[in-house]
Amino acid sequence: MNVEQWFYSLPLRWRSFFHPHQADQEVKEELHAHLERQISEYIAQGMSPEEARYSAMRAMGGLAQIEQQCRDARGGSVVQDFARDLRYGFRQLRRSPGFSALAVLCLTLGIGANAAVFSWLEGILFRPYPAVAHQERLFAVAATAPGESRPDLLSWPDFLDLRRNCTLCEDSFVSKITGSTLNNGDHAEIITGSIVSANYFDALGVHPILGRGFQAGEDVGNDSHPVVVISHQMWRKRFKGDQEIIGKTQRLNNVLHTIIGVAPEGFYGTFVGRAMQFWIPVSMQETFSSGGYKLEDRGARWIESYVRLKPGVSRAQAQQQISAIAARLQKDYPATNRGRGIRLWALWQTPFNHAGELLPTLEVMVAVVAFVLLIACANVGNLLLVRSFVRRHEISVRLAIGASRGRLLKQLLTEGLILSALGTAGGFLMAYWCRHLLVMLLPVREGEAMYLPGAMDARVMAMGAGVCLLVTLIVGMIPVFQIRHLDLNGPLKADSYGVVGARGRTWMRSGLVVFQVSLSFILLVGAALLLESLEKIRSTSPGFTTTRVVTTGVSLMAAGYDVPRAKAFQDELTDRLSALPGVESAAFARVTPLGYVMYSSTPVVVDGYQPSPDEQPEVEYNQVSPTYFTTLGIPFFSGREFTRSDDENAPPVAIVNRTMVERYWRGQDPIGRRLQVKGRWARVVGVVADSTYESIGETRKPFFYVPLRQDFVREPDLYICTTQPLHSILTAVVREVHALDANLALYEMITLREQVNRSTSPQLVAVTLVSTLGGLALLLAAVGLYGVMSYAVAQSTRELGLRMALGADAASLLRLVIWRGLRLTAGGVLFGTVAALALTRLLRQLLYNVSPHDPMVFGLALAVMTATAIFACLLPGWRASRTDPARVLRG
Amino acid sequence: MSKPSDLVQGTLDMLILKILALQPLNGWAISQRLKQISSDVLGVSDGSLYPALHKLEHRGWIRAHWKSSENNRRAKFYSLTQLGRKQLEKETANWNRVSAAISGIVRLKEA
Repeated sequence: MNVEQWFYSLPLRWRSFFHPHQADQEVKEELHAHLERQISEYIAQGMSPEEARYSAMRAMGGLAQIEQQCRDARGGSVVQDFARDLRYGFRQLRRSPGFSALAVLCLTLGIGANAAVFSWLEGILFRPYPAVAHQERLFAVAATAPGESRPDLLSWPDFLDLRRNCTLCEDSFVSKITGSTLNNGDHAEIITGSIVSANYFDALGVHPILGRGFQAGEDVGNDSHPVVVISHQMWRKRFKGDQEIIGKTQRLNNVLHTIIGVAPEGFYGTFVGRAMQFWIPVSMQETFSSGGYKLEDRGARWIESYVRLKPGVSRAQAQQQISAIAARLQKDYPATNRGRGIRLWALWQTPFNHAGELLPTLEVMVAVVAFVLLIACANVGNLLLVRSFVRRHEISVRLAIGASRGRLLKQLLTEGLILSALGTAGGFLMAYWCRHLLVMLLPVREGEAMYLPGAMDARVMAMGAGVCLLVTLIVGMIPVFQIRHLDLNGPLKADSYGVVGARGRTWMRSGLVVFQVSLSFILLVGAALLLESLEKIRSTSPGFTTTRVVTTGVSLMAAGYDVPRAKAFQDELTDRLSALPGVESAAFARVTPLGYVMYSSTPVVVDGYQPSPDEQPEVEYNQVSPTYFTTLGIPFFSGREFTRSDDENAPPVAIVNRTMVERYWRGQDPIGRRLQVKGRWARVVGVVADSTYESIGETRKPFFYVPLRQDFVREPDLYICTTQPLHSILTAVVREVHALDANLALYEMITLREQVNRSTSPQLVAVTLVSTLGGLALLLAAVGLYGVMSYAVAQSTRELGLRMALGADAASLLRLVIWRGLRLTAGGVLFGTVAALALTRLLRQLLYNVSPHDPMVFGLALAVMTATAIFACLLPGWRASRTDPARVLRG
Repeated sequence: MSKPSDLVQGTLDMLILKILALQPLNGWAISQRLKQISSDVLGVSDGSLYPALHKLEHRGWIRAHWKSSENNRRAKFYSLTQLGRKQLEKETANWNRVSAAISGIVRLKEA
């Protein structure tokens, strides 16, 4: 039908839809007029009036049929049928509120879980920066290092060369996470911000609501442009929405910064997982990161950058150009860039934020919620089957009086649609409430605002609607199978001759239960595997003492300490703390193991080690104070700890770990040998055991330590080994710190055990989500099993009564029902085991030291499943055992 | 009520359009004209006329409006629309082409 035709038919359609009676009336009138004419014609020909009327009617054919045909010709009847089906469907659902509520609840849980996970995927991985235009063309840029599978960072000069030469990129910008501290009375508040290139706001298309973004040139020089753009949230909270804020100053890391802009509400920066509070230009790098001035150092790799490709440019094309640029850099600067490439990453794979950490969990979640949805569908399908059985009288009557099967099918699908639409509405509501759930599952340091929002946008809604349609089809089609085999005569006769153990027409319902049981068994196995893995991680020794060591920090930078003052303070505090009762030792280090702060890394030259031509040994290290190893309980193999005399005036020294000895000195004792760190030779004075540095599951790697005094940072973390409980040591430390300087504030104090636990939070998230959904699946499967068994019992009262009359006792009937339930469960577990053996491999990335085929785990899942099945069968079994043979058999 | 064959069904649409191309008529008059011109050969029952009229109206080829007929009764009159005129031309051309081809074949067989 073309547009012109629509023009003519639209008013007609309108009328036949909204005023169907009027349209019908007109047809009647028209036909009637015709009939009258015919009759008078026949009378004129000489027929009697009755004869004429009869002949006219015969010539015309059945009036009712013609009216219906006219109605069909008018169209619109599809809509009318649908409206009628909807009304009818609603009436049906209202008639059995228990069934309807249960079905809608199942679907709400199933669809809600899916929509929630979709919203996480959308908000965290695919559209993480809602305020930013054209996110689909944004890509993260990272370097590749020789012999290193993990992505590395770029240097500022590399980035500038990339930006200059990438003609396929519309924009390139830098956004490197950093932090600062604000004193809030007696405790220090950490705020997170970004070091950005001057084009940052322009490239993102984000316009400050007050003041301006950065200007070209503000990212050049060394600490030359102390300007800051603050977040909307910070403006509101800390500056009370001051309209005159522009031009005022804020001290950040002891440098007065002029506030030049306020970011718009809803812009949180470009770091998945964090809400940025402030942005400062790259020229302020030295103030905000340790390790000196890096803007002119091609070997200092610290840049986290992004590009936006020009419209129509594919990632592969851009990658080709960028690889060519990297190749040129290798040739021009072999000393720093040999073997190094540059690679584009999709936003959701960004290697330097929390997206990558959550990716494996979210991937698993997609599969898990799909399972839950299928289980929910199976449940609703089962409920519908029961009802279609109850309704087979109605349905066969309708078939008998001439309803077409197609029409009946439409009606059943409409009922399915009502259920799934209600479920989807509920599911969206549930997803909306759950969209911020991930943040709540991730414990972080006090004051560090995590930001992991789900997004309920059009795409998520569309996915949800798609799921809804799918569910409609699945759920609506299940009773259809039943109808297809419906014998018109059978249901009109009496019923209730079922047998508990009979196969026959219950095969479909049993099949659904087996299906549910196998899906929930798979989820149980998955949840148990993750749980065991988390247990293993948490009970594995990280290589240092976790129970008696607490860690915190002192806000020296915010209080304006310069380097000499900071050094004096650290020494004095160490002495005071060590003198406290119950304190065994105290020490400082720049980076706390298993935290978010990255270690420094350096190209090293090892005395007596000849690297292969394309090898550029690069090792990470930490800056630690004397007694660090004693405090953390890291054992020595040989040599000594750093001492107070290993200071800036003494010759450089280093302590190396065991793996480093094996890698570079082939296991020989390296004490006294030399190691070149950042161009200076340091003498090895000790060898310590390997410990974990970034994560529990990491592979062993070379690592070394240098004295804090020889590579100084003003604000290292503090560690105290103590026999005191946390709260009393906290009071004591605050007292000692304030005794030295009342202006200082303390960061949150936690035990190293807590530090380890927090580092495993992605695993915790996975465990929590999978176990919750596994529990849900188990519940749904139990409901399904319960439904099938109680239905079977209700349908076979006659058989049960007969058995009882023949001498079966209550216990044996109970056993009969439970036995039947267990047989179904066994079938499900069998299929589930086979599927789980194949599927749990997908979890491998999340598992630590646990085989995906761990027999213990499978056994546990089996036990839980069996117990649940018995539980689900108890009530139907009890009802069966209460059958009154006299009453049943008489009826 | 006999259902006309597909060929006749399509032809019925064309005949109605052709009849209405001459002047607007009501249902009764159309049925009389149909009987006249097709000399009852096509066997169009009155029963199949009205659904056909409604269908054509919905395709936008004819338009209906109520007015008084000769004997002062309210009757529904159908008239051809611009779109219907075009459709008629198209169908007539088509018909001529097909019937020419068919009669050619029929003659071929006779020869």
